[in-house]
Amino acid sequence: MASIELKNITKIFRDAKRKRDLLAIDDVSLSVEPNQFLCLLGSSGCGKSTLLNMIAGFEKPTGGSVTVGGKPVDGPGADRGMVFQQANLMPWLPVWENVAFHLRLKGWRKADRRAAAQEYIDMVGLQGFENHFPAELSGGMSQRVGIARALLLNPQVILMDEPFAALDAQTKMDMQEELVAIWQKQRCTIVFVTHSVDEALVLGTQVAVLTSRPGRVRELIDLDLPRPRDITGQQFNDHKRHILNLIREEGMQQRKEAKPDSMAASRQGAAA
Amino acid sequence: MTAIGKIWERFAWEKAVVPLVILVAWEAVSRSGLLPAALLPPPTVVLHAWGDWVFGFDETSQANSGRWFADALSSAMRVAAGYAIAAASGILLGIAIGWWRWVERTVEPTIQMLRPVPPVSWIPVAIIWFGIANKPAIFLVFLGAFFPILMNTIHGVKTADRNLIRAAAMMGATEQQLLRHVVFPAALPSIFAGLRIGIGAAWMLTVTAEMVAVKSGLGYVLWDSYYFLRYDLVLAAMASIGLLGYATDGLIKLLMSVALHWQHGSTLQSREG
Ligand SMILES: Nc1ncnc2c1ncn2[C@@H]1O[C@H](COP(=O)(O)OP(=O)(O)O)[C@@H](O)[C@H]1O
Ligand SMILES: [Mg+2]
Repeated sequence: MASIELKNITKIFRDAKRKRDLLAIDDVSLSVEPNQFLCLLGSSGCGKSTLLNMIAGFEKPTGGSVTVGGKPVDGPGADRGMVFQQANLMPWLPVWENVAFHLRLKGWRKADRRAAAQEYIDMVGLQGFENHFPAELSGGMSQRVGIARALLLNPQVILMDEPFAALDAQTKMDMQEELVAIWQKQRCTIVFVTHSVDEALVLGTQVAVLTSRPGRVRELIDLDLPRPRDITGQQFNDHKRHILNLIREEGMQQRKEAKPDSMAASRQGAAA
Repeated sequence: MTAIGKIWERFAWEKAVVPLVILVAWEAVSRSGLLPAALLPPPTVVLHAWGDWVFGFDETSQANSGRWFADALSSAMRVAAGYAIAAASGILLGIAIGWWRWVERTVEPTIQMLRPVPPVSWIPVAIIWFGIANKPAIFLVFLGAFFPILMNTIHGVKTADRNLIRAAAMMGATEQQLLRHVVFPAALPSIFAGLRIGIGAAWMLTVTAEMVAVKSGLGYVLWDSYYFLRYDLVLAAMASIGLLGYATDGLIKLLMSVALHWQHGSTLQSREG
């Protein structure tokens, strides 16, 4: 049974101000097996976050169905962990309380929460920062807290929306390496949104290349490259060239078609 | 830094500079005979009357001699009662209005209509409803403190980071838990801003109420002394109110620095000593 199943997902945003509908996602079907690391790759505005938010339960698809672990998604919940682009930590709680926030909601006693948080704090390498407040952390450290917080849910599925996009190059590389190590150890399914071809190729077991406006799956690529990924190797660059070609073709097509999104939207709107 | 500079820092004497300058200038003006001494008594005379009011050593303050603590206490109790009711109801209602659209739609127009009515203009109604005693004063204090606390709480809730709410929902928070563990703490800086404005209004209205509708407290002494042309006592009463207001604000600031310690170092305000 697949961990995550997207069936014929469409999403139309109603733009009340301009009295026009925007077709953000057009007929996307994806099936993610357990323990896969799927990267959703696409340019900004192509609907990556929208797609992820539908798996998270923040958005409802206009058409189609989303199931996680066989159950239809009908709202956010602790069976899925989510890591956001901004870490979104509670600024009034120290690091360990942020990591253990889920246990606070479950009414655990303080000593138990503290003990449970430590394992995940160690896992993301934040020993010594347990009592720091978010305002005292760097961007990379905040993201580590966000990841530890998601891991503590011990979810089957972790959703990540460009979590490293705001980090400097060096920190980003370290975090990517650690994330892969954690994923290999925890054996969970990860859906990772990125706009960076390199990042997708370094992390994923699969890459779904999305087209923009409306978002469709242009191609689903299986990566069976050995880890750690050699970003200068032949295979890596073959994949990279292939993906860059896909993106370039699509860019040319977009320019040729006049206002494709509004036409598609009105067509969809009539059908729906 | 020089040694004098260090001592200056240590004792925070800069707080005393402005009051001292005012006192000296005032003493000089009133001793110069520009105005009749009864209308602008010099600080030394005020201090004398005030001292007798507090300690009762020579009956300078006549019937008030030695009654300062009782007067201050009865004013403070009214402030405390009205303010506590205002804080509890303002925060709860503010969270409800900020969080649920339907509460906002049903309650807010009424609130916004009542808000511009000056609390003082409620005095006649307050006296009819509550008579002449503690209750009308407490009611006025409540009115004065309620609106700033309410408005700031609403603002705090509405400007809470939506992403924090999403993050908490993703960790399985129920609506009640969102309010308690995310929305309330997120709104707390704003709530404290309202509480500080509210405490000023609370003192203002206790004193006003005591001048009109109550027969005890600092405001009553102030107004009573005015009838007997005891301007030294009027000024002593004004200074007492100022000091108590300052002290209660300091108390709230202390509470705030404990509750918002997590802001330490991340905001301009947190650099305050
Ligand atoms: N709540 C919304 N209302 C209206 N339009 C939206 C909303 N969310 C996203 N969109 C639109 O949908 C498209 C896809 O957005 P998004 O999923 O955020 O893209 P990405 O994450 O790939 O950058 C964009 O054109 C965006 O403007
Ligand atoms: Mg996005």
